[in-house]
Amino acid sequence: MSQGLLAILFGAIFVNNIVLMRFLGLCPFFGVSTRFSTAIGMSSAVLFVMTFATWITWGIYQLVLVPGSVILGGILPQGLVFLRTVSFILVIASLVQLVEMFLKKFVPVLYSALGIYLPLITTNCAILGVAFIVIDNKFGFLQSTIFAIGTALGFGLIMIMFAALRERLELAPISKSFRGYPIAFIAAALVSIAFLGFTNMFGIAP
Amino acid sequence: MNVDSGNLDLTQKETKEPLLSPKPKEESGWQIFSKGIILENPVLILMLGLCPVLATSTTASDAAGMSAAVLFVLLMSNIVVSLFRKIIPNEVRIPVFIVIIATFVTIADYTMQAYQPGLYKVLGIFVPLIVVNCIVLGRAEGFAYHNGVWPSILDALGKAIGFALAIVIMGSIREILGKGTWFTLKIAPEAFQKNAVLFFGLPPGAFLVIGLLKAGINKIFKQEG
Repeated sequence: MSQGLLAILFGAIFVNNIVLMRFLGLCPFFGVSTRFSTAIGMSSAVLFVMTFATWITWGIYQLVLVPGSVILGGILPQGLVFLRTVSFILVIASLVQLVEMFLKKFVPVLYSALGIYLPLITTNCAILGVAFIVIDNKFGFLQSTIFAIGTALGFGLIMIMFAALRERLELAPISKSFRGYPIAFIAAALVSIAFLGFTNMFGIAP
Repeated sequence: MNVDSGNLDLTQKETKEPLLSPKPKEESGWQIFSKGIILENPVLILMLGLCPVLATSTTASDAAGMSAAVLFVLLMSNIVVSLFRKIIPNEVRIPVFIVIIATFVTIADYTMQAYQPGLYKVLGIFVPLIVVNCIVLGRAEGFAYHNGVWPSILDALGKAIGFALAIVIMGSIREILGKGTWFTLKIAPEAFQKNAVLFFGLPPGAFLVIGLLKAGINKIFKQEG
């Protein structure tokens, strides 16, 4: 698996867009994308946490869990791969707490902008999903970083696009039963059709 | 008009019992069980756990496999949480729930990998991702932590069947329209199967089907948003 870094970046943003093609992170997507400002706050928080979480989970997997790893290889040659799910979710949950405390103490400006979105991110399946995808695709460290950043940018792109769309939809005369979620789903279907056009671009199949 | 008066009754019932209100203690077992299937359906009414519903409903059999995994995890985690609810300290309850859920997710993950490798390949990372499914953590926190084992089992079964109902309906619609088959049985005529609407098997089809389903449900229950 030696894909070019640029292909990984654009593949993660467009071809395999996290929300529209992989169906990850739908809860914050439909929950928070109603206002432009909250969409920007949420996407920057995701970019921040996703990059950190991917670094840490990748490190844990490659250095501790994998069979014959650097740290535990001498004691447990068969590895601890079965602890992947448990360790990743705990690490991500505590990482989010840590980032929250750090920002509160040292970067209060950033905290006031991202603070309320951080607790929501723990249950964001996109973060854990990226950690798993990176392992399943056997990405190296640099590839994983690029993939995480690309995925977060793809999430942000769709969030911001949708926030703008939904702010207008609120004023549109829509029949009562279609208001809220249904019209958002149908709008997502239309945008998703547009994203199908990126299929096989950069030599990446979805 | 007849239709209007019928709908009026439903709206009144809903204002009396808001969907997310804390549950009164003296509910019968049947009520706890049946509530999750229709009135508080986790997917179609409460809109929780959408990611696996959209991602793994390409065919009805994939959807059924996913619901089996969710049923196992939800049932086992509800049982364990309610058994240990008096020992788990309030301050660290969420990490404890996560570890319990992650344990059963790992069991489901490895079991499926061993015995259903084809299905496992299709469901992909959505089996380990049950660990962040809002329905499972929500039931541990919202129900099993405050109730005995038997009500928790009923609650888990109800919610899991509600989830299964939603995802299998989605899967059936998408499989019948997208492939002309149902649970891999050929039910549509040959001509349809050759020219099936491929769109429904692709990601946009999932968004469209759930959008229309939700709109239909809003119409029936007179819900908004």
